[in-house]
Amino acid sequence: MSITPEQLRYCESHEWAYVADESSGIATIGISAFAVAELTDLVFMALPKMGQTVTAGSEFGEVESVKAVSPLYSPVSGTVVEVHSALVDKLDSLNVDPYDEGWIIKVKMSDPLELNRLLNWDAYQKQCSH
Amino acid sequence: MSSQLSATPLHAWHHAHGARMAEFANYEMPIQYKGIVAEHHATRTAAGVFDISHMGRLRFDGPRADQLLDHLLTRKVLDMQTGQVRYSLVCNENGGILDDVLVSCLESPSGKNYFLLVVNASNRAKIVQWLQPHLADFPDVEFHDVTDATAMIAVQGPKALEICRPLLPASALSLGYYRAKVTEQMSKPCIVSRTGYTGEDGFELIIKSEDAPRVWENIMMAGRELGVQPVGLGARDTLRLEAGMPLYGHELDEAIDPYQAGLGFACNLKDRSFVGRDALEQKSKLVTLPKRVGLILDGRRAARQGAEVLDADSRVIGQVTSGSFSPTLDKPIAMAYLEPAIAVDGTPLNIDIRGTCVSARIVPYTFYKRALSL
Repeated sequence: MSITPEQLRYCESHEWAYVADESSGIATIGISAFAVAELTDLVFMALPKMGQTVTAGSEFGEVESVKAVSPLYSPVSGTVVEVHSALVDKLDSLNVDPYDEGWIIKVKMSDPLELNRLLNWDAYQKQCSH
Repeated sequence: MSSQLSATPLHAWHHAHGARMAEFANYEMPIQYKGIVAEHHATRTAAGVFDISHMGRLRFDGPRADQLLDHLLTRKVLDMQTGQVRYSLVCNENGGILDDVLVSCLESPSGKNYFLLVVNASNRAKIVQWLQPHLADFPDVEFHDVTDATAMIAVQGPKALEICRPLLPASALSLGYYRAKVTEQMSKPCIVSRTGYTGEDGFELIIKSEDAPRVWENIMMAGRELGVQPVGLGARDTLRLEAGMPLYGHELDEAIDPYQAGLGFACNLKDRSFVGRDALEQKSKLVTLPKRVGLILDGRRAARQGAEVLDADSRVIGQVTSGSFSPTLDKPIAMAYLEPAIAVDGTPLNIDIRGTCVSARIVPYTFYKRALSL
């Protein structure tokens, strides 16, 4: 797949969600380039397990920089169906591409309408420029 | 806490150079420019320049200034020679640590000796207030808080000397470790000391506020070809942690005594009388209090201040006071206070990091020691 930031939906807390195929009901979740730049010097990421339930707006993992620990909030509710475990060992790749290569989990959504509550690219850009 | 934040004389420079700013001890300070790890490595391999103007600078003039300070500091002051710097603690009557400081014995251009106390930014107001009754006992000692009138810049790293070579007189460049001198930086009055808080060789400069931007630019220019980087408080913290240096509010506070902190060397009890002395004498004999240790953790995740340290039976045996990912060791490191029976190098234990148990082992807290070049 090839994801561009314009296609994504965003949380105010800088996570993104992308639905490649609406009929699958599966959202791919990651964090934005803005978040990666803000965090800097990432050293660790704690990920959920397969089958774990996540809730929109609730913590599903954490990312740690040299400076601090930041929670990761899920943009959508559902069940974790895939975890990008290899990412933990190549957090540097988030600096290069936080979208395609930098996806974190995939979630089978329990309520796809939650996507409508997320920010589109323009609105998210505005938020980041504040 | 609605009071407006103070700014150092270099505030505009930090802003103009993309620093991420945050509040520290009521100052708006640069936390990082390029990033903590890049700035940390620059300091270890070349040199870092730090705006440390937020540190408190207190000046004591008069023939009895040494007696006043000798009465207030755990370290002997009466025998200090001109040009000498000492690390000391300020303790309360109970032997609890009020602050850790550097005291310098300096000679002004007019040939008079005076003392300078550099205190933690977060403790400056407390120390100044605490000084008042003691100053009243020494009415002939002139006291000035010169923090706002001055700025302080640290140049630290293996290239610090080379960078300072075109900027400072030979007499300042040849200062030994923990020596200081009143001199000039390109005709601007300047106190230079061979001190620092990074574990590297280097200098700390105190200049007039209005001269600070010029002196800072001079250092940046002189160091450009040598890889100098501006360094924020983020890397200042990782650098001092690797060097095993305590930070007030983390390893030190009023409930901790110097012996627990491994700072017994800074307490000269013999044939002296100073605030807290008798309490310290008692404490020096106690062997049951938690003591400061270093920890190296497995994995990549750092334990932060307040994380609980557990023994093999999951019993809480202490708490982490500082922790971070160490850029030099490429591992998470921490300092903690542990029960003395357990605080033995090599002992394996666990740390509770927000509900996850991470294994760790006790090591000397000097995680990093630079190779000494003679």
